[in-house]
Amino acid sequence: MIKNVDAIVIGGGPAGMAAALSLKNNGIEKVLIAEREDFLGGILLQCIHNGFGLHRFKEELTGPEYAERYIDFLKSTDVEVLLKTCAIDIVSTGKKKKVYLMSESSGLIEVNAKVVILAMGCRERNRGNIAIPGSRPAGVMTAGLAQKLVNRYGYMPGKEIVILGSGDIGLIMARRMTWEGAKVKAVIELQSYPGGLNRNIVQCLNDYNIPLYLSHTITNIYGNERIRAVDVAPINEFREPLKENTFNITCDALLLSVGLIPENELSSNAGVCLDKVTGGPLVDSNLMTSISGIFACGNVLHVHDLVDWASEEAEDCGKSAGEYFKTAIVQAKGIPVKAGHLVRYALPSTLEPGKPGLISLRTIAPAENAAIIVKAGDSVLYKKTHKKIFPSEMQRIKIDTVPENADAIHVYFE
Amino acid sequence: MKKTIICISCPLGCNLAVEYNNKAIIRVLGNACNRGAKYAGKEIFSPERVVTSTVKIMGARVPLLSVKTDCSVSKEKMFDIMKQIFKIQIEAPINRGSIICKNICGSGANLVATRTLDKTTQIR
Repeated sequence: MIKNVDAIVIGGGPAGMAAALSLKNNGIEKVLIAEREDFLGGILLQCIHNGFGLHRFKEELTGPEYAERYIDFLKSTDVEVLLKTCAIDIVSTGKKKKVYLMSESSGLIEVNAKVVILAMGCRERNRGNIAIPGSRPAGVMTAGLAQKLVNRYGYMPGKEIVILGSGDIGLIMARRMTWEGAKVKAVIELQSYPGGLNRNIVQCLNDYNIPLYLSHTITNIYGNERIRAVDVAPINEFREPLKENTFNITCDALLLSVGLIPENELSSNAGVCLDKVTGGPLVDSNLMTSISGIFACGNVLHVHDLVDWASEEAEDCGKSAGEYFKTAIVQAKGIPVKAGHLVRYALPSTLEPGKPGLISLRTIAPAENAAIIVKAGDSVLYKKTHKKIFPSEMQRIKIDTVPENADAIHVYFE
Repeated sequence: MKKTIICISCPLGCNLAVEYNNKAIIRVLGNACNRGAKYAGKEIFSPERVVTSTVKIMGARVPLLSVKTDCSVSKEKMFDIMKQIFKIQIEAPINRGSIICKNICGSGANLVATRTLDKTTQIR
């Protein structure tokens, strides 16, 4: 089957839905969303806890509620949605883009489009990524998989749980497993500070007296068919486990909440340049990738801690993709954005002179009384001091006007 | 009396310095918005949380319906509410916001659906 559309959005999660809506609102007629699951909403559907939408809707929603708001918006448009449809290849020749989709009902679909928006989200790091020694029993899984099993299918991964990594999904799962009757014995974190948001430490761990071991790691996994225990050791400043202080925790499940990686196999196969730090595509101020006409937003671009920001970014992305469609703007000739002291990354990689700019950034480590400074040459474009700043909290900075004659824009902490 | 607590009203997670006596809050410092002051009052005297979970659903294309208490409930009641939730089984169709259980466990909160699920004959 061959389909001709103006724009195709790959992925029907929060970013994909917001991008498609934004394309419509910016006057693009034929918009198609390709989604590999049999529903829209992506990972939100398994995030049944609340805390979503405080910025976007000024109220506290659960994941499914947040998703349904966007699903309802989409229903009032003529955006075409293909479910159970997986994008397998993107081919870009000049201004023409071809996206090959595989669908359960229609087989291979060849989509001709002028604009492609990447919104595939991210994937969890797993045991292989962090190389935990020990045997290979059942019961070791990522926290997001456990979340899917419990919240969507009603299966419990175990009764006595150890969680490695204190990212938000791990913390949320600690509470969820406790509510469902499991005993969460420990959360182990390699860093000296928690990976997730403060509020989740309070309401997911402290409320249930679940111990959090900072600067600790798992050094061994025991069990033949089923996991039965793990070794936990404190680490020194070189991240070496201290053998003499190792202790053992019995468990029947180990959940890993050890980070997320943007899912960019499709993008890199298409020839899109990726950023080594974020794992997502390099984008200009229009969120356009290194290939004209291919845009990216949401977790496929960089991992967000709040869905509200993913939606906002996707809206901006839809808007600039719409501009591209109508006026065929070329790759914005931008001023490079450079990440300096304490900044893990700053996105986009270029900003357009004479226009307003939006920079997303994260710190490398927690800092107190730190000022975020954005400078072009000697002129300070932005400065704000934060009492406390954590790597788990993405900062989004608005620049009123990007100067015309700057060599680079430096973003750093002081 | 003085206590430092972390506000859970939003992802900002403000550190609140709370000064209080046996009866009331005297002062709250460190809150970025007035939800923080409200939270401090509740957290000191009668902590409350929203419970979110799932109930079994028949006749829908998925086996579970996500639910929440429509307001925060006393922390002490959370596990009673979960026990009640385990027993509930409902039939599709169901609309987001529909009440699944009124005043669950006398908490003053209704258990409501957080998702819309149509009736289906299709076997999953």
